[in-house]
Amino acid sequence: MSKKTKKKMREAFAYARLIILGLIMVYPLLWMFFASFKSNEEIFGSLRLLPKSFSLQPYIDGWSSAGGINYGKFFFNTFVLVIPTTLLTVLSSTLVAYGFTRFNFKGKKQLFGLLISTLMLPNAVIIIPRYTIFRTLNVIDTYWPFYLAAVFACYPFFTYMLIQFMRGLPYDLDESAYIDGCGTFRVLYQILLPLLKPAIFSAGLFQFLWTYNDYFNSLIYINSVKKFTISLALRLSIDAETVVQWNQVMAMACVAVIPVVILFFVAQKYFVEGVSTTGLKG
Amino acid sequence: MKSSKIAKRGQKAYIYILPWLIGLLVLQLYPFIASFIYSFTNYNAFGKMNFIGLDNYIKLFTKDREFYKSIGVTLKYTLLTVPGKIILSLAVAVMLNKARKGIGIMRTIFYLPSLFGGSIAIALLWKLLFMDSGLINSILNFFRISSISWLGDPKVSLVTLSSLEIWQFGSSMVMFLAALKQVPQSLYEAAGIDGANRAQAFFRITFPQITPILFFTIIMQTINALQNFTSAFVITKGGPVKSTYMLGLKLYNDGFAYYKMGYASASSWIIFMLILVITLILFGTQRYWVFYEDEVK
Repeated sequence: MSKKTKKKMREAFAYARLIILGLIMVYPLLWMFFASFKSNEEIFGSLRLLPKSFSLQPYIDGWSSAGGINYGKFFFNTFVLVIPTTLLTVLSSTLVAYGFTRFNFKGKKQLFGLLISTLMLPNAVIIIPRYTIFRTLNVIDTYWPFYLAAVFACYPFFTYMLIQFMRGLPYDLDESAYIDGCGTFRVLYQILLPLLKPAIFSAGLFQFLWTYNDYFNSLIYINSVKKFTISLALRLSIDAETVVQWNQVMAMACVAVIPVVILFFVAQKYFVEGVSTTGLKG
Repeated sequence: MKSSKIAKRGQKAYIYILPWLIGLLVLQLYPFIASFIYSFTNYNAFGKMNFIGLDNYIKLFTKDREFYKSIGVTLKYTLLTVPGKIILSLAVAVMLNKARKGIGIMRTIFYLPSLFGGSIAIALLWKLLFMDSGLINSILNFFRISSISWLGDPKVSLVTLSSLEIWQFGSSMVMFLAALKQVPQSLYEAAGIDGANRAQAFFRITFPQITPILFFTIIMQTINALQNFTSAFVITKGGPVKSTYMLGLKLYNDGFAYYKMGYASASSWIIFMLILVITLILFGTQRYWVFYEDEVK
């Protein structure tokens, strides 16, 4: 066999492996999508991926099942929680990153060390006293625990991410703006912000995604069904009934992931860049 | 005059970092210390709080059978998922890096599962797929393999949960792929001239170049794995016979279901110590295998 054909065969083999693995990866998602149109009986005991007939009944029934409140309300709640949290996170992280990267001040090194160590501070170890604080503030069963953590930049990942990005911008930009008589805020707002846009966008996307997918914190801070987010509502749907209508559960699971899928395909570039430049978890 | 101006400007930094400073003190440092103090009390969330010395820790280590079980389960989960995820993501990244066509679409496909992360929707999907009469067993039966009780057999339940975690290897893969693209092509050309084969090229050139990102990923994945909660809570509820009763779940049950917050704080500090020790060990190994560009070897 010539060297060339050998190389070609090796390449084809590598592609085949990738394609098979890729199929295994997406198959559960495809299956979930098609299962949402099946009847509950058809989900079990059939290998067929496609439903016998596409029925929207699971969507209609599932939409209004949990506790007399429909998924419209849960969606609404989720966005009321997630959108302000995301915006506030981005805002506070940008300000803090600006403070850390463009100024020299006393204690900067030590404070930055603290910021880095909070990156590795496990949520498990602070969650109980945090809960106590929020209960004292009387904000349990509201979305304020999420908003407050965002306002006070308690998501060190994003601060760190923006710091890393801002370090890459030349200080000459600030310098010349100061010479032109700009104040510190105007330097941030008019000079740096336009350049920071991709990083801010990435941070926002990930914060949106993580808050949207979050379950643990919502479970702890939110108790009443009328304030439930989609995650909590979905979990409720397998608890409430004795016989779980899995087709409805899958239908609502599909509905729940739709915003994420849309977001991903609209902003794919920022996702990939965000992951690869900052090394965040996903 | 100029330096005084800069110094004055420096003062303003405090205004910008103020939100974080408050957050650090009130929502991070204080809870960190408070949970340590709680761990020596019988705090139960209804106001009662007496110091009981080391009782919580003594109870954890001598009376609470769940606790040892939980530590074992958590460590096993970490040992299954972190290497599984790292090896798979590295292997796929290397393959993708070589591919000339279709990298974009492939990358998307592999990344997609980690997009949904620990979401409830996917946890429920896993529960359904791995049920006794679920799709996975139907596929096995089709190939004349007898069903496995994926969620009911204490020997395999943890593996089932791990599969969900490993399935989400996409984000590490994207990171590795980016790191691989950074490896200077000239290094390979030089190796080619020296007659290195493919395996040598990988272990002598590619691997050392990506060790910093590999190290970082291992650390972050380990910290996450040690705190896993959602899949155990939703899919198996810690069962069967506590075979998936991870520390995160125990913490939640003790603290937020039974309101034994002092006791839960003690186990949260055990989680913390576990994370700390493992992270320090990993950092200790760093000098043997992690290669930083700016150091001379």
